[in-house]
Amino acid sequence: MAWYILRRFLQLVPVFLGATLLVYFLVFSLPGDPIVALFGDKPVNEAVAAQLRAQYNLDQPFWIQYLLYLKSIFTFDLGLDFTGREIATVLGEVFPVTARLAVMALIFEAVFGIVFGLIAGLRKGKLFDATVLVASLIVIGIPIFVLGFLLQFFIGVQLGWAKPTVSSAATVQDLILPAMVLGLGSFAYVLRLTRTSVIENMSADYVRTATAKGLSRGRVVRVHILRNSLIPVVTFLGADLGSLMGGAIVTEGIFNVPGVGNRLYRAVTSGEGPTVVSIVTVLVLIYCVSNLLVDLLYAWLDPRIRYDS
Amino acid sequence: MTPENNATVRGTAVRRPIEHFVADFEETPLHATDKVKEDHVPLSLWGEAWRNLRKQPLFLISAFLIFVVIVVCLFPGLFSQIDPTSEACQLANSDGGPAGGHPLGYTQQGCDVFARVIYGTRSSVTVGLFTTIGVVIFGGIMGALAGYYGGWVDAVLARINDIFFALPLILGAIVLMQLPVFRTNRNVWSLVLILIIFGWPQIARITRGAVIEVRNADFVTAARSLGVSRFRSLMRHVLPNSLAPIIVVATISLGTFIVAESTLSFLGIGLPPSVMSWGNDIQSAQASLRSNPMPLIYPAIALSITVLSFIMLGDALRDALDPKARKR
Repeated sequence: MAWYILRRFLQLVPVFLGATLLVYFLVFSLPGDPIVALFGDKPVNEAVAAQLRAQYNLDQPFWIQYLLYLKSIFTFDLGLDFTGREIATVLGEVFPVTARLAVMALIFEAVFGIVFGLIAGLRKGKLFDATVLVASLIVIGIPIFVLGFLLQFFIGVQLGWAKPTVSSAATVQDLILPAMVLGLGSFAYVLRLTRTSVIENMSADYVRTATAKGLSRGRVVRVHILRNSLIPVVTFLGADLGSLMGGAIVTEGIFNVPGVGNRLYRAVTSGEGPTVVSIVTVLVLIYCVSNLLVDLLYAWLDPRIRYDS
Repeated sequence: MTPENNATVRGTAVRRPIEHFVADFEETPLHATDKVKEDHVPLSLWGEAWRNLRKQPLFLISAFLIFVVIVVCLFPGLFSQIDPTSEACQLANSDGGPAGGHPLGYTQQGCDVFARVIYGTRSSVTVGLFTTIGVVIFGGIMGALAGYYGGWVDAVLARINDIFFALPLILGAIVLMQLPVFRTNRNVWSLVLILIIFGWPQIARITRGAVIEVRNADFVTAARSLGVSRFRSLMRHVLPNSLAPIIVVATISLGTFIVAESTLSFLGIGLPPSVMSWGNDIQSAQASLRSNPMPLIYPAIALSITVLSFIMLGDALRDALDPKARKR
């Protein structure tokens, strides 16, 4: 098991380095000077520009810049953003909010997706199954920002069941509606994945054996069908945590959540390269770590995976 | 256990006459068996899929909707003669309700909502279509090389693929779209390029999987042993036989790319406001959502129906092309 963990870990190192290098390259080295862009239509003040370049190591060759940047990540010394605040402090403010939002969305999509998917799979071809399938298709088809507006308008404003916007504290209560919107798209995928997987496992030999040796229906479903069906679902959920955090930009914009997406969007539109790169790096790191956790969970759920090389 | 046995075991003892399917050869001239007519030739994967699809309501509905969307794209003038550009809009009509000849009312700028929905179709669908074509070509090449050659080619391409997978489509597109290069020339084609850059990994993975499945099939070995070169056997034998899953995923991602375009336009960093698109219309209707939600709801409905029909088409194709799924 230790070897397995080590191997999976080592595979993630190039992904992390490659992704950060790519983003760093895109932000700082493509044609068009980000420092000049900062001045907008005003004439460029060469002294200020030179000072900014030195502060962000932009006067160095590209590889040195990137290495210095890597060093700053591992020493947690991310420097200042263009408004003069510590980038690390800014990240410390926005990441907990988005993490709360993403975890709530994940819980929502996992619980409802698995329950509905299991019931639909067990009753394949019945009315419930057909209804759920059509509904999930519609949810997949409607873009998240449309869903967000509709739910905000009907549930938040007209019915008043949940708060339509989020306060600056972003408490769990505030985040219920945004988390639902964020999780809805993946909810449909979880549902369909669980359903397909349950249907496949229902005709498996070990399920027939379990039924034949006289186990109760409940035990067969819980232990034999559900646990085996969860393997692909867990993979999806783990990989989804990363994309929920990175994909929260739209949802956070609609509900005015003071999280990563909002900050990133602001940084991107105002051309704050260093903040953009820092946020994206942390997002990539989260993606890598959640993938690693999925692999470990996977090996625990299905012991066969651990042993093949 | 045959049904006959079952019946006797249960004691109901219904004895059915045993049916003979083989004629006594003395009574039947031998050539008669040779004259058996097949009612149809054995069908290819695609032939069988087509026979299946024709009967599926999901396919028929989505194909019809996509047909309508394409006609609207090509000839928007057939559906609305009203000029929907902002110069032609009358501010006097601002937020006006439905009136004669203007079935869906007006936007805040006094533009006809119906005409804007009709004329906005083209840019949304163009982005979706060309991104999909680009992604299939680029991702397909990467995936086919990785799957077919294996070894170090596969290892290197898999790592590159992982790197792009770590950056979600929208996130990557937002970062790229703000670069000075793209900020100054923002149009349908730069958007297509950006979506291709971050959209190809999925198709590459699917292609790789499909190619690996076919790579070791007997007909490929046969072709190779007859002296066909590796590249030629990839192009002539492996790829055509691994097309099915690629087409399914491409159809579904066409819908996803249309969503990506409208999401970026909605965020204000996709197509410039001068270009008519559903995303731009939803974005500009957002301000007056509470007083006049209709200019937001109609483009949203058009967008959702279009995306939904591509996803449904992909779903139907998957069912038709996967014999294993069909039996279930």
